[in-house]
Amino acid sequence: MRVILIAALLAVLAACASTATQEQSPAGVEDRSPGQPGGAQSQAVESKPVSGVDLTGQTGASTTASALTDPTNILSKRSIYYDFDQYQIKDEYKPMIEAHAAYLRDHHEAKVLIQGNTDERGSREYNVALGQRRADGVKKLLLLLGVGEDQVEAVSLGEEKPKAEGTSEEAYAQNRRCDILYKGEY
Amino acid sequence: MQSLPARWISRTVTVLVALLLLAALPARAQLSIEITGAGANRIPIAIVPFPGEAALPPGLTSIVRADLERSGLFRGLEVPPLMPQPTEASSVDYAEWRSRLADALVLGSVATRPDGRYEVRFRLFDVVKQVPLGGVAYTLAKDQARATAHRIADYVYEKLTGEKGVFSTRIAYVVKRDTRYELQIADADGAGEETALASLEPIISPTWAPDGKRLAYVSFENRKPVVYVHSLLDGKRHVVANFKGSNSAPAWSPDGSKLAVSLSRDSGTQIYLINPDGSGVRRLTFTSAIDTEPFFSPDGQFIYFTSDRGGSPQIYRMPASGGDAQRITFDGSYNVSPRVSPDGKSLAYIARNSEGKFQVALLDLSTRQVQILTDSDRDESPSFAPNSRMILYATVIGGRGVLSAVSADGRVRQRLTVNAGDVREPAWGPFIQ
Repeated sequence: MRVILIAALLAVLAACASTATQEQSPAGVEDRSPGQPGGAQSQAVESKPVSGVDLTGQTGASTTASALTDPTNILSKRSIYYDFDQYQIKDEYKPMIEAHAAYLRDHHEAKVLIQGNTDERGSREYNVALGQRRADGVKKLLLLLGVGEDQVEAVSLGEEKPKAEGTSEEAYAQNRRCDILYKGEY
Repeated sequence: MQSLPARWISRTVTVLVALLLLAALPARAQLSIEITGAGANRIPIAIVPFPGEAALPPGLTSIVRADLERSGLFRGLEVPPLMPQPTEASSVDYAEWRSRLADALVLGSVATRPDGRYEVRFRLFDVVKQVPLGGVAYTLAKDQARATAHRIADYVYEKLTGEKGVFSTRIAYVVKRDTRYELQIADADGAGEETALASLEPIISPTWAPDGKRLAYVSFENRKPVVYVHSLLDGKRHVVANFKGSNSAPAWSPDGSKLAVSLSRDSGTQIYLINPDGSGVRRLTFTSAIDTEPFFSPDGQFIYFTSDRGGSPQIYRMPASGGDAQRITFDGSYNVSPRVSPDGKSLAYIARNSEGKFQVALLDLSTRQVQILTDSDRDESPSFAPNSRMILYATVIGGRGVLSAVSADGRVRQRLTVNAGDVREPAWGPFIQ
């Protein structure tokens, strides 16, 4: 078994090595013309390989259980929803944000990441900026409520991580959102 | 210092890990291109199969013909089997080719060399004027057949249209399948795709360095947008911008010495310059609005960008070193994603019309005339071919993300799809030096 494995590895290595050699040496240049007048040229033909990188084996962060995840605690509420093209925080979310501000004031070691999201309409990059504006709004409110600057980072996921798939207004409304994540949850 | 067996084992483990990573890459899914519109006056061209090309599967002349037809400017003529098979060295009976309605003719041959490589020669003829227009001889290994066919198509295209062909160029795009994102590179005809990066988090905004060897892009692998530069030859990638907040929208300066990026590290989303190694950050815009999607003019003098400083997202332009911005778009309430054509004559962008459709618009920078080039409704991310003739963009058809291309005059249309998956974020690479 081991011998077969090693043999297979060597074969693959050999294959890789020979491929690399071929790829790195461009085709030779031929100086001859095709044999008739008419402006013959001669050129090398190169093929440029792409070396792949695979990140899909990496695992995500784990979460820790606490008051933050107790479903009866307001701190387990983490999402703020927005109207189309808006970034003002509606009054209904203010008690929840105030509770998080209080928690962060009491736990100086705690840090949060605010992720702003948008629906999928329009430019991906402009949506990154729109999501950022939503996240910045939540961050600003937390800072006004006395949370330390170094405890909060506001980032945007733009339209890239939709909570709801589809093109209905219900799906879009789910995706116009900020999420508050505590360190360890991201 | 490691003992020899220890070193051997560690090397074996490395190889094993590499093998596992390779095994994780899924089966290839090639882009297929469908021509959905063509130019009004296509040049009829006869491309006679080259004797000996069967040794170079899938053959050369079929690829040359497909390339030329895909441009929308040529019509390949059916050529019946000819005996004896003509080559580039044959004398040409122009009258006969004229009677076959050919305006142009390509003859060639493939020979095997003693070293196992191949020699391809071809010659292009103007059948109407009855003159040879030139030819090229190439030596190549078997795996360079496709690249050689694209070179021949580029030669023919340039001789007959007067502008450079883009058949040898490459495109980058992102394929999303289920939860997996792949940044892929393919030939301009969608063939030969390779995965430069596979990730379980989104990848957006790939953009080619002017050298055609590196891409800058935004990856969300750290749960936030971070700008990377990725070398395609060795797969080495490094972080360019990972500041507090979001880092996105990379754009190369034409000389490759700088990137313009959007950062939210100071306040809001603003445009900055940064060196490709991540050093030398300099802020360019100072507004309380959104300023993003920078794009350099080809002369490097200006940066076009999207801003909502006037109340709705519109396209502006400022000197590349910063300073006063000038508004460029005025029609409509949503004009984004500016891309200047490589010849500097026009600006492609995405406009939202009064029905809420997002479409590719083209602004002539000298006459200020705007033309809407598409009739789809979810267009994004336009990208010019390096000869400025075609614009590649992402759209949605039947609920699936596809790439489409449209010529700057709106006549020629193509659609590029992959089986099972959404394709988005196209970026057309530069001419191959």
